[in-house]
Amino acid sequence: MAYLIVAKNCTSCSACEPECPNKAISERGKSFVIDPAKCTECIGFFDEPQCVAVCPVDRTCIVNLDYPRYQPQA
Amino acid sequence: MQELSQRPIIKLATFEPTGTVMQKIAEEKGCGTKGGSGKASCGSGAGQNDLAPEIWEKVKNHPCYSEEAHHHYARMHVAVAPACNIQCNYCNRKYDCANESRPGVVSEKLTPEQAAKKVLAVASTIPQMTVLGIAGPGDPLANPEKTFKTFELIMNTAPDIKLCLSTNGLMLPDHVETIKKFNVDHVTITINMVDPEIGAKIYPWVFYKHKRYTGVEAAKLLTDRQLLGLEMLTANGILCKVNSVMIPGINDKHLVEVNRAVKSRGAFLHNIMPLISAPEHGTVFGLTGQRGPSAQELKALQDSCEGEMNMMRHCRQCRADAVGLLGEDRSAEFTTEKIMEMNVNYDLDTRKAYQQKVEVERQATVAAKQAELETLVGEHSDIKILVAVATKGSGRINEHFGHAKEFQVYELSTAGAKFVGHRRVDLYCQGGFGEEDSLETTIRAINDCTAVFVAKIGGCPKDTLKKAGIEPVDKYALAFIEQSAIAYFKEYVERVKSGEIEHLERGDAEIRQGALVA
Repeated sequence: MAYLIVAKNCTSCSACEPECPNKAISERGKSFVIDPAKCTECIGFFDEPQCVAVCPVDRTCIVNLDYPRYQPQA
Repeated sequence: MQELSQRPIIKLATFEPTGTVMQKIAEEKGCGTKGGSGKASCGSGAGQNDLAPEIWEKVKNHPCYSEEAHHHYARMHVAVAPACNIQCNYCNRKYDCANESRPGVVSEKLTPEQAAKKVLAVASTIPQMTVLGIAGPGDPLANPEKTFKTFELIMNTAPDIKLCLSTNGLMLPDHVETIKKFNVDHVTITINMVDPEIGAKIYPWVFYKHKRYTGVEAAKLLTDRQLLGLEMLTANGILCKVNSVMIPGINDKHLVEVNRAVKSRGAFLHNIMPLISAPEHGTVFGLTGQRGPSAQELKALQDSCEGEMNMMRHCRQCRADAVGLLGEDRSAEFTTEKIMEMNVNYDLDTRKAYQQKVEVERQATVAAKQAELETLVGEHSDIKILVAVATKGSGRINEHFGHAKEFQVYELSTAGAKFVGHRRVDLYCQGGFGEEDSLETTIRAINDCTAVFVAKIGGCPKDTLKKAGIEPVDKYALAFIEQSAIAYFKEYVERVKSGEIEHLERGDAEIRQGALVA
């Protein structure tokens, strides 16, 4: 699992970008995107996914079901 | 959350407003030029007391801090700060309509470099542009790198331009030192409550130190940080204006308490603004049917706070990319595309020369008002009336009735002419709601006024206005507003005395929803 940004909801406000501990978020066109390979769902960093917590539009940063749950390295 | 409630992360510093400057600010009432002497009074322009010269220097050409200056000087905002760290129920960052125009919405966001170029372009085209503000569209201090980089670039290329910023205050305590470093001497904080129970009805959440807080806890965190930030600013001699959104049934009565709280912490000016909450804006308040105040409700609250401190009544609730005099928006002339093609020649001397001319005009306005005011000495009457004025600026009645996008409203009494607000009558994105008759709209917006002063007016609207009980007055075309208003008032009182007309109390008026469009 990783998170993804629903492009049509994204206001491109950039609030999520600096909050991401993995530098997984970048701007692409009129929306921001999350690199699923870098996203750790903030596990090991914070209690809640930072992009979800800071995003001004509900249901915009959502779980990307195409990816398996992030497993922290032992 | 546990952590927050058990161990307060806010330590309210006991800042004593140290310098004499802040003491003077707290004691002063009003600021306006006094006929050529360079002395001043401000905000509402209610008092004619002199401000300390160092404070007058800071506010005299700032359209948002001096009611008098706003007729003559322009400001611009650059939209370099898109991110926000709190959610307000009157804000919706998403916009779907091409013509949508309200605070929180901008046409394009800029990089600091683009913003600096834009400032130079505007400064060269509009020499009376004296102030650069960063007001979002998110929160400037939620984007500190972009905000301060912009200030740095402008400080180096256009040092005569005053810098200011407008913030929700959450991150303010962390940035006071930097604000000082960049000589930002005007900061506006939006404070809608000092009671977290009320705050919980306005702010659904606050994002602070990697955590989203909700409810009363979020509001407590916000109000503590706002008041701490305000205290720190005033302790450092930085002029502070407080903006409050008046939300009937939620914080309208409470704002008197907010007024006392911010005054006691050294705020210089209080700006109580009406809630904007059209359903088509998609804000929580818009969707729940929360109404904004009527013109008279807003005025009554402003009047009740005025005994406490300077009240700003000329705010146009402009967008984070507005350009021009308050009440006009020339941002469409300065899109990034157009700026890149512009041949910018930033010439300090030309700007200074132009501003000197503006100053002459301003002194003339004030002198005319003073002279007319003196003729009121000895006049006694309990009559108070409101008049609406069509103006393009420079303190003159110089706009055609049909072209006016807004009317400025003055309260007239034997004490003189006092600016008490403005009424917008331009058309906004109505989200598909039909074309209403624009004359009807105008009458509803100035329905509490006895007369409307215009440079010119057609026969048809003249008759309609008269039927609505509003006297159209075009005999003061191109003359100074306040001078004409006082002259009109004297005449009005005479007409009432002679029985020619009957003095009637006017009703209430409607505040139009939406931010100003160009």
